[in-house]
Amino acid sequence: MDLKQKYIQLLESFNDSVSKESDSLLGQYRKVGIQGLKTNGLPTSSDEQWLYTNLEPIFEYDWNAKTKGMDEKVNLDEVFSCDVPNLDTHVVLLINGHYFKQNNTSDLPSEVLMGGLADFSSTHSDIIKKYLFKAADVNQKMNALNATLAQDGLFLFIPKNVQLEKPIQIINIAYGNEEYFVNQHNLIVVEEGSKAQIAFCDHTLNPTKFFVNQLTEVHLEANAHLEFYNVQNSNADTVQVSSICVNQHRDSNFLSNIVSLHGGTIRNELRVKLLESGASCDVSGVNLTDRKQHVDSHTQIDHLAPHCDSNQLYKGIYDDEGTGAFTGRIVVHPGAQKTTAFQSNKNMLLTSNAKVNTRPQLEIYADDVKCSHGATTGQLDQKAMFYLRARGIEKNEARMLMMYAFANEIVSKIKIEPLAIRIEGLINRRLRGELSRCANCVIQCG
Amino acid sequence: MAIDNDKIIDDVTQSEYKYGFYTDVETEMIPKGLNEETVRRISKLKNEPEWMLEFRLDAYKKFKAMKCPNWAHLKIPEIDFNEIIFYAAPKTKPTLDSLDEVDPALLETFNKLGIPLEEQKIFAGVAVDAVMDSVSVKTTFKTALAEKGIIFSSFSEAVQHHPDLVKKYLGTVVPSHDNYFAALNSAVFSDGSFVYIPKGVRCPMELSTYFRINAANTGQFERTLIVADDDSYVSYLEGCTAPMRDENQLHAAIVEIITENRAEVKYSTVQNWYPGDKEGKGGIFNFVTKRGICRGESSKISWTQVETGSAITWKYPSCVLMGDNSVGEFYSVAVTNNHQQADTGSKMIHLGKNTKSLIISKGISAGKSQNSYRGLVKVIKRAENTRNFSQCDSLLLGDKCGAHTFPYIDIQNDSSVVEHEATTSKIGEDQLFYCNQRGMDTETAVGLIVNGYAREVLNKLPMEFAVEAQKLLQVSLEGSVG
Repeated sequence: MDLKQKYIQLLESFNDSVSKESDSLLGQYRKVGIQGLKTNGLPTSSDEQWLYTNLEPIFEYDWNAKTKGMDEKVNLDEVFSCDVPNLDTHVVLLINGHYFKQNNTSDLPSEVLMGGLADFSSTHSDIIKKYLFKAADVNQKMNALNATLAQDGLFLFIPKNVQLEKPIQIINIAYGNEEYFVNQHNLIVVEEGSKAQIAFCDHTLNPTKFFVNQLTEVHLEANAHLEFYNVQNSNADTVQVSSICVNQHRDSNFLSNIVSLHGGTIRNELRVKLLESGASCDVSGVNLTDRKQHVDSHTQIDHLAPHCDSNQLYKGIYDDEGTGAFTGRIVVHPGAQKTTAFQSNKNMLLTSNAKVNTRPQLEIYADDVKCSHGATTGQLDQKAMFYLRARGIEKNEARMLMMYAFANEIVSKIKIEPLAIRIEGLINRRLRGELSRCANCVIQCG
Repeated sequence: MAIDNDKIIDDVTQSEYKYGFYTDVETEMIPKGLNEETVRRISKLKNEPEWMLEFRLDAYKKFKAMKCPNWAHLKIPEIDFNEIIFYAAPKTKPTLDSLDEVDPALLETFNKLGIPLEEQKIFAGVAVDAVMDSVSVKTTFKTALAEKGIIFSSFSEAVQHHPDLVKKYLGTVVPSHDNYFAALNSAVFSDGSFVYIPKGVRCPMELSTYFRINAANTGQFERTLIVADDDSYVSYLEGCTAPMRDENQLHAAIVEIITENRAEVKYSTVQNWYPGDKEGKGGIFNFVTKRGICRGESSKISWTQVETGSAITWKYPSCVLMGDNSVGEFYSVAVTNNHQQADTGSKMIHLGKNTKSLIISKGISAGKSQNSYRGLVKVIKRAENTRNFSQCDSLLLGDKCGAHTFPYIDIQNDSSVVEHEATTSKIGEDQLFYCNQRGMDTETAVGLIVNGYAREVLNKLPMEFAVEAQKLLQVSLEGSVG
């Protein structure tokens, strides 16, 4: 039996086993997901979109019965304590794609809704119905799997004119002594004139094989403002497919920053649709990839309206046998005049076994635009190296300094200062080959 | 200004394709359709040896198993191979020794196109191989070249007179299973040019092939094979035109270039196939596989192309840089207007150490056309200290056209430096204003700016070609102001 058949069976049996909730909104999409899988199949490496990341080995693993929610008894304080100094946040925990029931959100303004997607889809079905799978395309291969298998995820709704003072910190944990296929669907809605900062931390708690397929939909209404920081730090056996889909309305602003510190295979997808004029986005990411790790970043920015701006900056450092890919696409649709869109991808290869593929793409159907993209792949600058050595800085230290500076261009875009300082520290330690987890943390990231 | 623009655009879209005439010469054709019999018949008509027929049949088998590629940013209508005549030749005597024996109607055709076939009248010193429909009509300066040991002849003649050379190199750069259209060409190619430059010889004149599709319902499938032995040099030009017709015609060619140690080949194309009318009706489908291999150390291949014609262009001149220190270059100007579609670019495959490559691509789109750059830069692990720089600029004239860039950059070692840069823009109003202010009308100003924009590439063309290309740019674009 081929993989596709196997997964159709897996999805169907999963759907049957949870059929009691199939009347719910989430339940309706389960069938759509199965249909999507039947028509489009699973991602294969002959797919243009999946050319550089081969998911077949992880698909071949038998995930049957490892997809359902678990009732793990978890003590929040035991598994997690975030010691980032001066970082004052609203902390919530998600475990294996499920919203942790004991989360305490009482300090949030009362009009803000935050909780599990499953719970809210029964209590606030009108809101969910309005936004679910409106930013993400359910027919995309990994989204189809997600539509059927995801049972829960984070739901965050910030109504009109609410400006959150403290960032929301989401600790997203894969946990358990057994292998687990996590499917998670997050939905974030920021209504008109509201503002929020989100720090999304992906971790694995055990050195187990995890397959994480997480989909985050973001809707920004007129004049909404969202900063989205994602720190990825998982064990080397983890395969993480993370897809963020954003719909932006008039004058809204989206800033994202993805820092991939560690992981087995990471695939980051980011799709932004600038639907109305005046919307802007600034997306960036950096990955530090060594040993046999793999990071594949995909971005697509659709300019659908005039007067929108987008800016992309992705950087990668590849050491040992690390491999990576970047595919970025700017699409300026007909009529989207006065667009400014920039894209830049810079890669540094430190060994002759490291490998990187980059595809910076422009698709432009309007003439009054300013678009550019650039990609470079190179090494540490020997002249700069000499400069540092000539000033008595040791070779290793000089190397470190330069890599650190290379990555810092991304980190300096983080506007939550304590978080930026912490990430700087983590990168520094990571570059020195030390474990990049926080001192008090029991999460075994490395 | 708006009225001005409309008028100018009207002028342009109505400006006629200069080469759209049809010459009434008696043509020998084989029946429509593609099957094994067609392949055998072409081979028989050309009186080919057994190994050539086998090469064709093998390619045909591979072609049957392949599908038309759909990854390009093009809308390709389904091609019915049974409606195409795969072999059409002006009825002439098989061998031509002097110009007097060439059909006067043919001579007239090439004179109209401005291609000098009469040796005594040539000042430029260009040796020409003229290919009409499927066969080579006349190769000039053959004897002068032969004195230096240079072989410049039609492909069919080369198969007869130099079978060892052809056999040794044919299909080594573009194997018959390379892609769908390469397989088709390998099965049914009718003629083309063959060039061999012996060791240490610097070819004293430019070599040129002129391709002309004349007969209706035919496809043209020619093959060019250029071999430059150690320390040799040649500059090769290629030009093409076709009559205006309502139906689409297929052109699927292969160009193979081989450079040995320290040899250099410069290949320039001015492609001006009939692009279809302003409604997008008719025109040539140009699906071409061009590839060169720098086999020897310090060898060099340079592609220069000016693409103004064809309804659909699908073409990626490439360099495989195998020898250490070898160099690959690609300069391109691609212009699309009305409903034309182009997906073109270059591939630079770095296999040898210290290899260098340069890609300069300038796309200009106007009307409702789509113009894409697609390129690959690949550096394998052992290709240490390689260097690539790519620059792909797009210029948009009008708000209904599209300009796209799809570069692929695969790097597998840590001593290479690869850079890619692309910009998309339109002609700045300030630039136009500056010219207008100095008494230039908008049309001249656009012509000036476009020519300046394409200068980097035009400069790489041999002189006579550069003049033609410059004129072509003006004809294709004049006035389509954004």
